[in-house]
Amino acid sequence: MLKTASVLDLIAVTKRFTAPDGVSPLTAIERITFCVRPGEFVAVVGPSGCGKSTILNLVAGLDRPNEGRILLNQVLVEGPNPTVGFMLQKDLLLPWRKIIHNVEFGLEARSISRSERRERALRELQRCRLQEFAESYPYQLSGGMRQRAALARTLAIEPAIVLLDEPFSSLDAQTKLVLQKSFARTIASSAITTLLITHDLMEAVIMSDRILVMSERPGRIIEEIPVDLPDRDDPMARISAPRSRDYVDHLLASLHLQDKAA
Amino acid sequence: MSSSDLTTVRPMGAGEEERFAASAEVSSAQQVHAAPTTSAPSRVSILLGSIGFGAIFLLAWQFVPPALGIPPYIIPTVTDLAHEFTRMLARENLLVHLLSTVTIAIAGFVIGSVLGAGLGYLLGMSVFVEKVLSPYILGLQIAPKVAFAPLFIMWLGYNSWPKLIVTILVVFFPILVNVLQSMKTMDRDLINLARAYSMNRMQIFWKIEMPASMPALMAGLRIGATLAVIGVTVGELVGGNTGLGYLITFGEGQANTAMVFDAIVLLTAVGIVLYAAVAIIEARVLHYIPRALR
Repeated sequence: MLKTASVLDLIAVTKRFTAPDGVSPLTAIERITFCVRPGEFVAVVGPSGCGKSTILNLVAGLDRPNEGRILLNQVLVEGPNPTVGFMLQKDLLLPWRKIIHNVEFGLEARSISRSERRERALRELQRCRLQEFAESYPYQLSGGMRQRAALARTLAIEPAIVLLDEPFSSLDAQTKLVLQKSFARTIASSAITTLLITHDLMEAVIMSDRILVMSERPGRIIEEIPVDLPDRDDPMARISAPRSRDYVDHLLASLHLQDKAA
Repeated sequence: MSSSDLTTVRPMGAGEEERFAASAEVSSAQQVHAAPTTSAPSRVSILLGSIGFGAIFLLAWQFVPPALGIPPYIIPTVTDLAHEFTRMLARENLLVHLLSTVTIAIAGFVIGSVLGAGLGYLLGMSVFVEKVLSPYILGLQIAPKVAFAPLFIMWLGYNSWPKLIVTILVVFFPILVNVLQSMKTMDRDLINLARAYSMNRMQIFWKIEMPASMPALMAGLRIGATLAVIGVTVGELVGGNTGLGYLITFGEGQANTAMVFDAIVLLTAVGIVLYAAVAIIEARVLHYIPRALR
């Protein structure tokens, strides 16, 4: 196996929670092992409750695994890490701040000058094509624009890896397509390493290089599918490619969704 | 436009597509904030209606009780109130009483707000202390604070302190409870976001919790502004020889109904001014919340 230094490694990671009854522990994920290489876009799909978001919290350092190790750039994750950017379904923009100050938010815990902070925020807004909304408040933006602003905030800290937790799932179908394209372009043009967590199988196919399929709880990786399609920077092109459908069919079979409907 | 149309826009240039996307997003943003166009009554007609209602009410007050044979010492007419008002200004040091009430109401409101908000934030930051103290806070919140007024008079005498302390006490609790509630229901994801950006506890407080609690704090201040006037009035009713509340008991002793009415009207005016001041501050602080949602 070719060994290029990966950005993110999960090695036999298990996470248990105390069940609501307080006695029996609940295993959210079990012996998860995978890696994400530099510039790679990896999608994690699986049924709801399979521990997808647990993975995100562990990688972000907001929670600790019970077993196994998580390495970021070969360094053990032991707490919140300034090189991880994460984005949720909710945009989490602070409503009392202008967009530019929201983008600066992630930089405020760092010792950089005010002017450099502003400069970097403006650059990110440009990259996400929002520069003319720098002085607007979040409520003045549409849902899609707010998610783009959240991406700008995430990218402003120049993360080694970006974690996306269903960032498009609260958007309407058309805005979603437009935003997927917008994200794909931004991510591809800057070669940003990305881990996308989603329940949308087509989204996983049209956006990623590789798909990890998880089982129901306790979540385990049951299949790894390299996506051999062109146009990773253009999900709209992939969506109309006939082979995308084949990948989705494969995922459906892999998750046994057909049996469940019956 | 159907979704199939979207997927076939491939031949369109990338720039065009982006423009389509941008215009679609902007138009949906504008839609959200477009003013409702249903046939709502205009502001002018609402204002005229309010003024008209007030005028009719005052006219009825002036003419209906005398017509029914109700004597002025039971319900004085509006002109009786106006006459009594000028007499109080000239003979009863009305301005001194008014100033005393206003000063104590504002001082009590400000001190009570600072203490209530301060303790609310402190308790909000310590789950343990909050859990330990919550039954007592609930008990004190339910206790009728104005009933403490005689105690404070026995302890501190017939001066301004009992009135001030009662006012502080009635203002304190709603603000404490509102701030504490907002701290307890803070969006966990926002806190996690700040944690992920390596912010420390104080940064999380100043950058997330404090600003996020502003709507709750402002709602508490609105309640506190109206309660401040009640607090100072009760303090003045129970003890002392200054303030509008004192004028009420004084007027009562003299069977001067018009004086009691005038004092009540002035107390109401003080409350309205205090409330309006809070509303103006709130509009400035919460400028980022669209008006329709407030």
